[in-house]
Amino acid sequence: MFVTARVKLKKYLIKSMAICLWLFSLNVISSPITLELSYVKFVPQHAPGVANFFKKPEDSGFQGANLAISDSNTTGKFLQQHFTLSSFVATKTPQLLAYFDEQYQQGRRIFILDVPLAQLVQLERWAKNKSVLLFNISESADELRDNQCLSSVLHTIPSDAMKSDALAQWLLYRRMNQVLLIQGSKTEDIELAKSFKRSAKRFGLKIIDEKQWDFNTDLRRSAQQEIPLFTQTIKDYDVVYVADKSKTFAEFLPFNTYLPRPVIGSAGLEALAWHSVIEQWGATQLQNRFIEMADRKMNELDFSGYLAVRSVAESVHKLHSNRSSELIEYINSVDFELAAYKGRKLSFRPWNRQLRMPVALVHPHALVSQSPQPGMLHPITELDTLGFDAQESQCELSR
Amino acid sequence: MKKTLFLKPILSCLIVTALFSATSVNASELAYVTNEKDDNISVIDLNVNKVIKQIEVGQRPRGIILNQEQTLAYICASESDSIQILDLATEQIIGELPSGEDPETIALHPNGKIIYTSNEDDALLTVIDIESASVITQVDVGVEPEGLAVSPDGKTVVVTSETTNMVHWIDTKTHKNFANTLVGSRPRSAMFTKDNKYLWVSSEIGGTVVILDVASQKIIKEFTFDIRGIHHDRVQPVGIELTEDGRYAFVALGPANHVAVIDRKKMAVDEYLLVGRRVWQLAFNKDQSQLLTTNGISGDVSVIDVERMKVTKSIKVGRYPWGVVIRNKP
Repeated sequence: MFVTARVKLKKYLIKSMAICLWLFSLNVISSPITLELSYVKFVPQHAPGVANFFKKPEDSGFQGANLAISDSNTTGKFLQQHFTLSSFVATKTPQLLAYFDEQYQQGRRIFILDVPLAQLVQLERWAKNKSVLLFNISESADELRDNQCLSSVLHTIPSDAMKSDALAQWLLYRRMNQVLLIQGSKTEDIELAKSFKRSAKRFGLKIIDEKQWDFNTDLRRSAQQEIPLFTQTIKDYDVVYVADKSKTFAEFLPFNTYLPRPVIGSAGLEALAWHSVIEQWGATQLQNRFIEMADRKMNELDFSGYLAVRSVAESVHKLHSNRSSELIEYINSVDFELAAYKGRKLSFRPWNRQLRMPVALVHPHALVSQSPQPGMLHPITELDTLGFDAQESQCELSR
Repeated sequence: MKKTLFLKPILSCLIVTALFSATSVNASELAYVTNEKDDNISVIDLNVNKVIKQIEVGQRPRGIILNQEQTLAYICASESDSIQILDLATEQIIGELPSGEDPETIALHPNGKIIYTSNEDDALLTVIDIESASVITQVDVGVEPEGLAVSPDGKTVVVTSETTNMVHWIDTKTHKNFANTLVGSRPRSAMFTKDNKYLWVSSEIGGTVVILDVASQKIIKEFTFDIRGIHHDRVQPVGIELTEDGRYAFVALGPANHVAVIDRKKMAVDEYLLVGRRVWQLAFNKDQSQLLTTNGISGDVSVIDVERMKVTKSIKVGRYPWGVVIRNKP
């Protein structure tokens, strides 16, 4: 009883603090503020052999961030707040670092990053002892959430582990326990498969066989001959999981497997933070605004960019401040919550700064399900059944 | 326990009265429910609690209201970008009002001559003159405007904006936005009290309902909801209805599948009534003995007996029922 009363009192205090914050922000509305954000993209080498229709539009990510700027300015109009976004594309690491130095000199403190792991780590080093906030909107590598902990970086893209867990929970729910695992031969594919193996173990699924796709056939012509042979196994399987990050062969698996079984992972049923088929929880409005602005559909990278800018703007709306130190403190606090068309409020995990969120399971033309699956329990929030929970992660950025 | 025993005779007396009055009133009432995914309206005869017909309307019908004479219904056909006028006698669409793009909700000025609608995609409030079917003006509001309410004295119209998280206060004479109040995440419905003094606002993602003082536009009370066995993130308040006698407020709690009953004297939540899945909007019948809820995911309407505080019936309607209004059968 006593404990409950204390928890209630604590909740009450937090609530009343939040109300005070609003009232406070209303009182200081008079002084207008602006906040300049920078969007930075590092252009990686395109994987060879990727079909043209899988290539992401070049402005992926930026358009999402841009829409969030526009949304935030509509709100900002009533609060005397204004947001701007500049964009920069780097092709070499020294050029990238020089840009950051220059931006920092000009007083910019908040950066939205579409850069790969190696560059993220370098930027973390650069950010040391600086009051800057970096948003990773594209790198889903598990190590950034598990052991390579970046204290200046907030991740708005779900990790591979979150996506694998989302798929594994669904398999468990659907009682598809026997999995045939197929992976590409690139490091990124092997890492992705590793992530799924972790999830399979976590949720008690059985991987009956593992195969690696490495022959160089032109699948456009020979998929019907090659894939059935390749997916023939001694044991029966319920489902085929495929890890092929740049989609060089995965899409040829559905309808071609030896046994007539569904395909999940990099083809068939995919786990994504966002997809154009999502229309629940007001998502239709966001999709419409995006299409009107960008003249194309919103993808996952766009959505991650959107979330990053919205996280900053939401904090500015609440605090009416553009001081990066105050914004960082607020975003990392328990008071921070973000409404993001997912039917749940989102917040950052304190130990590894990963944005916790439900993950959509989609095929190209419909939303199939959303994880966490019903029945997944967790003492704090069932959203933490996806990805590295506090006890599993080696990161202890703040707890 | 003792209290219950003592109350029993009074309660049963009430129940008998309720049943009696309910049947006598229901004999002449019809409910109109917009089905967002079916592009039609289900008509429920409250006497038999059954859908008696479907009326085809424009695309993605959501908000619905009646004119004061209860002869016409105005329907937001969101994806047809219009407000359709439905003649309830002939059940034909007899005209359209210019609404701007993607109208979602709709409110009638107490003078019966002006309609307000929120344009979700364009962040606008559109003011429409009914007689001339023309737009008087459009007012800039926050991102994804949703809930609308006109004060009973007709002086103020408020709009909530879902992504801006604000209540925008607009003078109905000058059409000036004279104040903005920040509220919890994703504000949905707004409802003035009969005396014009207070405004109730629900916040879907924030999980709260607040009461604002109309004179100062400040929050004076906040309600949170705690339902045993349901995670607080799933408690997402949307529709609000206030009884005219000032006793109760009903709040639809979305995916929590419950309607909260707030005692307005005690200013506390009395109980939670289990209804269908993802409960969205609410509407009273004329004497407020019954409250109807639209349940989006289960595709039905729950009927709450207000005096007994019991859910008495669920009625299957179309896909994604959204709005509901009730009128006397002519």
